[in-house]
Amino acid sequence: MITVLQDNLGALWQGVLTTLAITALAFLSSVLLGTLVAVFRVSPIPPLRLVGAVYVEIFRNIPLLALLILVAYGLPEVGISLSLFTTAVLSLALVSAAFACETVRAGINGVPVGQAEAARALGLTFTQSLARVILPQALRTMVQPLVNIFIGVALGSSLAAAVSVGELTYQAQQVGNRTAEAMLLFGISALVYVVIALLGGGLGSVLERRLAVRR
Amino acid sequence: MADHQGPLVRLRDVDKYFGTAAALNGVNLEVQRGEVVVVIGPSGSGKSTLCRCINRLETITSGEIEIDGVPLPPEGRALARLRAEVGMVFQSFNLFGHKNVLDNLTMAPMQVAKVPRAEAEQRARELLERVGLAHKADAMPAELSGGQQQRVAIARALAMRPKLMLFDEPTSALDPEMINEVLAVMIELAAEGMTMVVVTHEMGFARKAANRVVFMDGGQIVETGSPAEFFDHPTTDRARDFLSKVLTH
Repeated sequence: MITVLQDNLGALWQGVLTTLAITALAFLSSVLLGTLVAVFRVSPIPPLRLVGAVYVEIFRNIPLLALLILVAYGLPEVGISLSLFTTAVLSLALVSAAFACETVRAGINGVPVGQAEAARALGLTFTQSLARVILPQALRTMVQPLVNIFIGVALGSSLAAAVSVGELTYQAQQVGNRTAEAMLLFGISALVYVVIALLGGGLGSVLERRLAVRR
Repeated sequence: MADHQGPLVRLRDVDKYFGTAAALNGVNLEVQRGEVVVVIGPSGSGKSTLCRCINRLETITSGEIEIDGVPLPPEGRALARLRAEVGMVFQSFNLFGHKNVLDNLTMAPMQVAKVPRAEAEQRARELLERVGLAHKADAMPAELSGGQQQRVAIARALAMRPKLMLFDEPTSALDPEMINEVLAVMIELAAEGMTMVVVTHEMGFARKAANRVVFMDGGQIVETGSPAEFFDHPTTDRARDFLSKVLTH
C-alpha cells in the first residue's frame, strides 16, 4: 500500500496541482464573468437584461459533463481546438458563472435601494454606482454563497477526468487501475477534495469577518 | 451649460401614475433662482413624488420638467451630468455605509466632477466644518446619530456645488431632539441664497425659511402662497382642514 503511494507520488501530486490550478482559474473567471452577467441582468437596457437571463438559463441547466464533452469534442469539429486544461477551465467557468451571476444579483438586490438612489442623485453613472457603491456593499452577503460556488468548482473539476484532463481524479483512476488499489486512491483523492473545500470555506469566513469590520 | 434667464425649475402639466393610481395630476410649478419652495400636504398627497420627479428618480407619465431651461434627458450620461448639479437629501439619509464620512463627501466630486483628491478633501472638510461635524471626518455612518448623518448627507450634496437642492422629508426619520440641528443647517443654506425645494412636515421651517409654500393634496397643487398668506389666510377648505389638523397641538 505504502509502496503504491511512493511509486506514484509524482503523478498524484501533479494531479493535485492541476486540480488546484483548474479550480482557481475557473473560480476567478466565473466570479468575473458572473459579475458581468449580473450587471447585465440589473442594467437599465432591456436587451442586455435579456442576454443575461438567457446566459443564466442556458449554463445553469446544462450538465457540466455534457458541456465538457461538447467543448472537448464538439468545438474541434468547428475548427476550435483547445487544450484539455483550457477545456476544463472554460467549461467549469461557463457553468459556475451562471450560479455566480445569481449570487451577485441577489447581493445587489440586498443593498437598500436608497444607496443606489443617493449615488444616482449625486451624478454617478449606472456603472459607477455599481462599482463604487452597490457591489462593495453587496460583497459581504455574497461571501458564503460564493464559497458554495468555489466548492462546486473544486468538486466539479473532477468531471474533467472524463475527457482525460490530468487532474486529481484522473490520476487516481489511472494509478488505481494500474495497481488494483482503486479504493485506496479514491479515498485519498476524496480526502484531498475535502481539504480544498475546507480551505475555501476558511478563507471565506476570514474574508467575511474582515468585511464586517468596515461597517 | 448656459444658464438661461427663466425659472430654474419648471414643471408643466406633469402627471405621474403608479399603475392606475395617480400620484401627480396636472402639476404646474416654477421655482425661481434663489427661491425656497416648501411643499406640504397630507401623506399620500404626492409631494415626495413631486420632489423625486425633479431629478428623475421617478419618471413622469406625461408633461414636461425643465431644469435651467433644459428638459430632463432620459436615463444616461446627460441625465447623470444634470443630476450632478442638483443635490438631493433623503428621508433615510442614504449615506454610503461602506465609506467613512470624508469619503462619502469626496466620492462624487472625484468620480463625477473629476476634482483632484486633495481639493475634494479640502472642500469636504470645509463643508463638515460648516455643518458642525469636522471632528467626524473619519467616522463611519453607522457610528453617527440620525441628525449627524443627515447633516453629513447635506454636506455630501453640497460638495457637488449644486445649483438646486431637493429635500425629501429630511427630518421625518429623526428623533425630535435632532430635528433642529438639521433645520438649522437648512435655514442657513436658504439664507445664503440656495434654490431649494423642501418637502416637509415642519411648519415652523416653512414659516421661517420659505419664500413660497405649496400645498398639495390628491396629487394636485391645491394652493400656493407666501408663508404668511398660507398659514394665516388659507383660501381653500382643504388647506384649512389640513392646517387645523397639524397646527392645533
